[in-house]
Amino acid sequence: MSTLTITDLHVTVETENGPLEILRGVDMVINSGETHAVMGPNGSGKSTLAYTIAGHPKYTVTKGSIDFDGQDVLAMSVDERARSGLFLAMQYPVEIPGVAVSNFLRTAKTAIDGQAPPIRTWVKDVKQSMSEMRMDPSFGERSVNEGFSGGEKKRHEIVQLDLLKPKMAVLDETDSGLDVDALRVVSEGVNRVKEETGLGVLLITHYTRILRYIKPDFVHVFVNGRIAEEGGPALADRLEAEGYDRFTETADA
Amino acid sequence: MTQKTSAEHSPAAFYNADALPPVQTRRERLSAFSTDDLNPVSSRSAEWRFSPLDRIENLTSGERDGSDVPAAYDITGAASVAHVPMSDPLIGRCGRPEEVASALAWHDTKNALIITASAQDASEVWITRDALGLSARAGHTVIDVAPFAKTTIVFDNRGDAMLSENVEIHVGESAQVVVVSLQQWNHGAVHLASHFCRIAANASLTHAVITLGGGVTRINPTAHLAENAGSATLLGLYTADAGSHIESQVFVNHDAPNTVSRVSYKGALRGAGARTVWIGDVLIGREATGTDSYEQNRNLILAEGARADSVPNLEIETGDIVGAGHASATGRFDGEQLFYLRSRGITEHEARQLVVRGFLNEVLAMVPVPRVQAIVHDALDEALEEVSA
Ligand SMILES: Nc1ncnc2c1ncn2[C@@H]1O[C@H](COP(=O)(O)OP(=O)(O)OP(=O)(O)O)[C@@H](O)[C@H]1O
Ligand SMILES: [Mg+2]
Repeated sequence: MSTLTITDLHVTVETENGPLEILRGVDMVINSGETHAVMGPNGSGKSTLAYTIAGHPKYTVTKGSIDFDGQDVLAMSVDERARSGLFLAMQYPVEIPGVAVSNFLRTAKTAIDGQAPPIRTWVKDVKQSMSEMRMDPSFGERSVNEGFSGGEKKRHEIVQLDLLKPKMAVLDETDSGLDVDALRVVSEGVNRVKEETGLGVLLITHYTRILRYIKPDFVHVFVNGRIAEEGGPALADRLEAEGYDRFTETADA
Repeated sequence: MTQKTSAEHSPAAFYNADALPPVQTRRERLSAFSTDDLNPVSSRSAEWRFSPLDRIENLTSGERDGSDVPAAYDITGAASVAHVPMSDPLIGRCGRPEEVASALAWHDTKNALIITASAQDASEVWITRDALGLSARAGHTVIDVAPFAKTTIVFDNRGDAMLSENVEIHVGESAQVVVVSLQQWNHGAVHLASHFCRIAANASLTHAVITLGGGVTRINPTAHLAENAGSATLLGLYTADAGSHIESQVFVNHDAPNTVSRVSYKGALRGAGARTVWIGDVLIGREATGTDSYEQNRNLILAEGARADSVPNLEIETGDIVGAGHASATGRFDGEQLFYLRSRGITEHEARQLVVRGFLNEVLAMVPVPRVQAIVHDALDEALEEVSA
């Protein structure tokens, strides 16, 4: 049983005109096995939250804390966070020319586990994971994310989720850019990992469609760097019907 | 400072800096056998303006030993080696010196090494040069490839050297040729070379210069696409240490219809004060309709005070071409790439190594000689162990 606790999180980014506050006091508690959906308008700070959990150097935490099973996440380096069991499926996965996917996956697995995976089972696991995500085995020879279509990049993120077996995963708009079949395949992949490992999920999305496959326990509405409202799955349907006007108006006031 | 010029899209990791003065047009470059007819060796002449002139004095003035360059030959298939006097008609078919060091080497060399590849059978010639010593030498090699022959020639350069040489690569019609010059010289070594390649109809040449060690290495290949539908792939891969100067003046001369060229040079500057220079001239002449040409140079700066000069230059004399593009980029590590790898648990140190290797692998993968790939892989393992910047 793991718990990720985010308390009064304030985050700034550096701009030409000095630091700009993006997150303005975020609180959230995610336990193993739970799925938390985060929805909210463009620019409200959802990716900022995701990147801050993962430790992207662009973001500065000015106040608050992130605790993962008693460890101070903010004191850990990016790779330490990953090795402690945190995972971020990125909204825009990065291309790394010349580094083959198979080499990358093996290197990451070795780093996370602290030892190289047994070669036989590993090759089999990779093959199976890729085929479940409908990725042709030839992707293993290609450079990481280079020339991948938008949907292929997202499926590659979930292959990594499946193989690296983290305790907590942040999925930042993993559903954007997926065709209907891929959406189902990816959702099934996430659900399978959840079942196998009791993964906790923070799922950032704009659409309720994915929430029909990956059932959220909680829905958080993100507006202007804060959680404006929280509720159960029904809240997502209401957002889809009504939009965010109700929240943005109060936020601006 | 870093710089980028590009006729196409290139990664955001690379950025712009101070532009360089235009180079003299390649058409007008002098060529001659007498040093009197060439530009003086000076920081003001286009041929030499980036070179460390004080470190190459022994090869640009005075006398050199013109006896046979010591080498061991490992030959498989239908190829042979011999030495012939410089008066032999096989010599001088592929080009003429364009600068003083080349003209002096031509003059000083007593006998040329002739490597002959016939069409009977595919061949490979592995030339190990590891006992040159530090006294100034001059040499001349002719690689004579018969029509329809398939051959691979590798210069495996190690140890000390103070060498100035000319290499003529005469590629017969429909031949398929791979030439690799692999430098793992000692720190003090100085190596100046001009490679003159003449590519006949329907022939293809893959030429690779791989420099992983040495003091001053200046290897300048010219590919003359002289007949219809010839193609040339010119590759470069280098890692520059503290104190090393690696220079590549590449010239592709599209001189016949339907010719294809690809130039791809990539380097990692991993030592403080390391210096690299790449000048990529492409000339598409009036006769060269249907030309398809692309050149790129990319440098990764891994150490403080390292400097990469990168100057692409395209001259087009006919409008009727398939394509002509160039890209040149010099930059530091891409923070987003490192973040992505580290977010998967990979340590910063290992992430950096992966990125550098990946960067260089793109060129190495195009060198179609497994034994060369294996040597370079091992050498990079060692060389990149201490990459940190
Ligand atoms: N360097 C910067 N300068 C100014 N503003 C910035 C900078 N970096 C980020 N921002 C702003 O921070 C805000 C939050 O961005 P973030 O990517 O977290 O939004 P998001 O909720 O993920 O949006 P989307 O739904 O479009 O993905 C945006 O308004 C963005 O413009
Ligand atoms: Mg976002």
